[in-house]
Amino acid sequence: MEREMTGAEMVLQAFRDQEVKHVFGYPGGAVLPIYDELIQQDDIAHILVRHEQGAGHAAEGYARSTGKPGVVLVTSGPGATNMVTALTDAMLDSIPLVCITGQVPTNLVGSDAFQECDTVGITRPCTKHNWLVKRIEDLPRILHEAFYVAKSGRPGPVVVDIPKDVQFATGTYAGPSTSHVQHKSYNPPTKGDMTAIRAAVQLMATAQRPVLYTGGGVINSGPLASQLLRELVEMTGFPVTSTLMGLGAYPASGPEWLGMLGMHGTYEANMAMHDCDVMVCIGARFDDRITGKLDAFSPNSKKIHIDVDPSSINKIVHVDIPVVGDVAHVLEDMVRIWRASSFKPRAEVKNWKKQIDQWRARNCLAYRNSDDIIMPQYALQRLGEAIKGKDVYISTEVGQHQMWAAQFLGFEAPNRWLTSGGFGTMGYGMPAAIGAQVAHPDSLCINIAGDASILMNIQEMSTAVQHGLSPKTFILNNSYMGMVRQWQQLLHGNRLSHSYTDSLPDFVKLAEAYGAKGIRVTKPHELDDAIQEMIETPGPVLFDCCVAQLANCFPMIPSGKPHNEMLLPDEASDEAVASAISKEGKALV
Amino acid sequence: MKPWHQQSVKKGRPSCEGWGYKMNAQNLDALSAYFIAEVSDVQETHTLSVIVDNEPGVLARVIGLFSGRGYNIDSLSVSETEHERHLSRITIVTTGTPQIIEQIRHQLDRLVPVHRVRDLTVAALRFKQDKPLERELALVKVAGAGEKRLEALRLSEAFKATVIDATTEHFVFEITGRSNKIEQFIDIMRPLGLVEVSRTGVAALNRGPEGLSSNAQ
Ligand SMILES: Cc1ncc(C[n+]2csc(CCOP(=O)(O)OP(=O)(O)O)c2C)c(N)n1
Repeated sequence: MEREMTGAEMVLQAFRDQEVKHVFGYPGGAVLPIYDELIQQDDIAHILVRHEQGAGHAAEGYARSTGKPGVVLVTSGPGATNMVTALTDAMLDSIPLVCITGQVPTNLVGSDAFQECDTVGITRPCTKHNWLVKRIEDLPRILHEAFYVAKSGRPGPVVVDIPKDVQFATGTYAGPSTSHVQHKSYNPPTKGDMTAIRAAVQLMATAQRPVLYTGGGVINSGPLASQLLRELVEMTGFPVTSTLMGLGAYPASGPEWLGMLGMHGTYEANMAMHDCDVMVCIGARFDDRITGKLDAFSPNSKKIHIDVDPSSINKIVHVDIPVVGDVAHVLEDMVRIWRASSFKPRAEVKNWKKQIDQWRARNCLAYRNSDDIIMPQYALQRLGEAIKGKDVYISTEVGQHQMWAAQFLGFEAPNRWLTSGGFGTMGYGMPAAIGAQVAHPDSLCINIAGDASILMNIQEMSTAVQHGLSPKTFILNNSYMGMVRQWQQLLHGNRLSHSYTDSLPDFVKLAEAYGAKGIRVTKPHELDDAIQEMIETPGPVLFDCCVAQLANCFPMIPSGKPHNEMLLPDEASDEAVASAISKEGKALV
Repeated sequence: MKPWHQQSVKKGRPSCEGWGYKMNAQNLDALSAYFIAEVSDVQETHTLSVIVDNEPGVLARVIGLFSGRGYNIDSLSVSETEHERHLSRITIVTTGTPQIIEQIRHQLDRLVPVHRVRDLTVAALRFKQDKPLERELALVKVAGAGEKRLEALRLSEAFKATVIDATTEHFVFEITGRSNKIEQFIDIMRPLGLVEVSRTGVAALNRGPEGLSSNAQ
């Protein structure tokens, strides 16, 4: 289908052809022609945010909860620079975003015109790719290419910067089918090499102490990948752990679930990683929050690494069998080969699981509860009970609450857990919950927040109210930047430099000011009823859950320590906490 | 042992063994022959050839990758080499541990406008050759009179440099060769009235009949 139309019309037509239903955005001079087209059609809904960063994270929440790319439309200059944090966040967590930015007219580019900035220059390192469209002839191709690059291979954010004169110019539009499907220089791998896969399966069959270490790549690969992972686990009986990004790929109620691994992962997961003889890394990237002290990381294991991005392989940890390919494709082959070879896990795996059960018995997530003060862990357990079996999407901000949410809310399915892992962006959760709610209007979308983080994008409450969205924000209010305070206690002699927030707003009144509902709870026995009230409230809710102020998040692998030197809650006396991190460890982040 | 990106520097000769993993895992004799982790902290110098779309910003992407990830660029040269297809060839000389160089290759390959990346140094070793063909051109301006001037001219002949501009007070020599030959020539000219130098950076190809666009690494 080829038609004459303006650049602005092309943007809308490309959205339609790419099956975009929702766009998150904020207008301004350099995108007015596109906004003028938006208002004259009904196929694509526009969600007006209150800050461009909010649009970016909302699009991330939308993408993560649907598997489809999130789409953002912002103006030039400050509109574009406000997107930088969200783009980088999406880059680090491999979230597909297509961001359209307006630009000053081509004849003014480079003249320091009003609201001009070098958008492609600024966003080059924080996008998978970006384009400045100088000619209307290139616009349709670039728009379709942008969606292809964002979605394929290892997904990521892309930016298309469109000068205003190109939006006004008229040209010939071609749909995605007539534009080249196969890119001339960009051809991401899909299927893994069979020799490597066969070797991997054989190694797994010889394993005595195996562990599957899964990550966000399993989620990104689509629901089939999670299903195949479950099949593989069922067939092999291998224990599974996951990174923060991969939660839900294997169900938390599954028999082989070890819990999350890494800095605040479970004792059993980290010990299994340390002592295993065969590690199968599936769509994860040996991030420093996972490996801890690198040279003591799983010292005696053979490592298999499945990743769609060849640059992830051998980047941090040397692996024995690399398999470059899409997780679902590779797992499909693995499952088939294991089955066809009638492999059985070795008898020693039974003993390994006994060992794991002993580690499990340490009950590493235990905490001392109180009748008087709400412990944050308890609040999340009660919330977890209340939402069990419901159609729920959980987002988080960044801090202790995020780690507790990962530890205490069991995830049963992929795409239900939206969190800023790689970048750790405070302010992510509220807009992400809004994005998920836009995609799933009838589901319960809950943002687990901290009192500090929530203030970073609180303005998006107004977005939720305007668009009739009803995300719930569950604030674990400790008046501190809890995670910062915990580190100051561990690393800096408990000198709590600027990590206490005086003059926090009254969150109940704040909710009311936005035209939403506020609920405050200070006593453990009030929790259940209040949580029920939150769930039953039709509109957005700010739930101010006042919790113990000085609770620490354990277990924890202190910086510079190996996996088998975790700090467990029952060992974390003040003294142990104060001396947990060595001098060298302090230099690490 | 420190993580590789913090390891100390030792200079060594490049090898194609060790860390470089093979994606096709050909010699993975299932259970015995895993790639034994030969983690090396020896710094090597490699020459990479990168075929890219000649589009605006492509060089910035490549250079930004090197500066952003802390890789070294010892030399860089770029020019469009296939006009109809608008393809440029970037030749980069870089120094790092074998693991870093492997990373550089994959990171470059990840850039959307990059068609092909080949580590010419590794390829040469695979072809049982010592090193790739590498040449650089330099223009060297030397000013002076009397004995020094004569000496400069005599030496330029020994180096097979040609005079491309001269007055009674100066010469501009054009010299082509491997970088160390140019280095040597410049050193020799320094006491003889060296004024300024302009160098192209390294151009490089592998020996033999195959080319990069027709033959996968
Ligand atoms: C944008 C941003 N700024 C700073 C930080 C550093 N940081 C990490 S956690 C944290 C404290 C978060 O406090 P709060 O939201 O109250 O959560 P809590 O840890 O108390 O649960 C800070 C400041 C960050 N991650 N992101």
